[in-house]
Amino acid sequence: MNEAARKPLGRFVPLVVFAALVAFFVVGLVWNQSHDARFVPSPLIDKPAPDFRLPRLERPTEFVTKADLLGKPYLINVFASWCFACGDEHPVLMAYRDKFGIPLVGYDYKDAPQDARAWLQRHGDPYHEVITDQSGDTAIDFGVYGAPETYLIDAQGIIRYKHIGPLTPEVIAKELEPKIRALEQGT
Amino acid sequence: MRHSWLRWIVAAILMICAIAPAVAIDPLPFQNEAQRDRFQHLTGELRCMVCQDESLLASNADFAKQLRRQIFDMMQQGKSDKEIKDWLVARYSTFILYDPPLAPSTIALWFGTPAILLIGAGVVVVLLRRRTRPSNAIAEEPGDDW
Repeated sequence: MNEAARKPLGRFVPLVVFAALVAFFVVGLVWNQSHDARFVPSPLIDKPAPDFRLPRLERPTEFVTKADLLGKPYLINVFASWCFACGDEHPVLMAYRDKFGIPLVGYDYKDAPQDARAWLQRHGDPYHEVITDQSGDTAIDFGVYGAPETYLIDAQGIIRYKHIGPLTPEVIAKELEPKIRALEQGT
Repeated sequence: MRHSWLRWIVAAILMICAIAPAVAIDPLPFQNEAQRDRFQHLTGELRCMVCQDESLLASNADFAKQLRRQIFDMMQQGKSDKEIKDWLVARYSTFILYDPPLAPSTIALWFGTPAILLIGAGVVVVLLRRRTRPSNAIAEEPGDDW
């Protein structure tokens, strides 16, 4: 007499195990497709933004520091003239620059200043201020690994939100604006 | 005519491919062999964030070049491997490490496989024990003798 005949339910054990494995497999597949593996959550969220001292794009002899920007929330948008996705994002920034309600600081990443100036002249300048990081060393302190990236920094200089990849109207409406409003209400 | 064109293009592409790996190794002025080995071992354990299936050692991306330079500089300053890794993790999260650290979120990763193996072994032992009894009975049957 074999096992299955003695215990009728026993023959379903392999099926249940197999179904469990299939479930794991499907969950893994769906999860893998539902998010982009390139977008790694930053460990810097809710931590102080790194100290920086970077020259202005328009007046390279003048420097902007983290301390200069304290006191009110602002956005930092990492861009570069060589970055294709930044071109996709650019019209969105043009449309939203005055709707954010807080300053939008351009962070020109590993770019030649003259290229960045030409790029902004050609497409329009959505930024209230542009700082340049030609070496990209400060960007490493921010955890930048690709442009475009956008940071929301509060009045105390704490990073409250980061978006990797181009900002879209959906991302702004669903994620960024609520975060900005929350800062304005002092929460 | 066309073929000679094609041949040149293919030759050019092959040449570029042959050069690429050589270019990937930047000429960092190491003090000695040991330091270079340490550098290669360390960067081999780190993920290039922009090209995630490559290590910082192997990648030719700008990002990897820059981080290699920074890691090299930190080594010159006498920083330990752990200090360098902590510095990177603070900026890029533990994702930059190919070896995930033991943390509450990685317990399943570290112990899941051994646990499944143990359960499987347990099942096999139970099944074998059950099976030995009936097979003894069969062996005692005279008709089985051939």
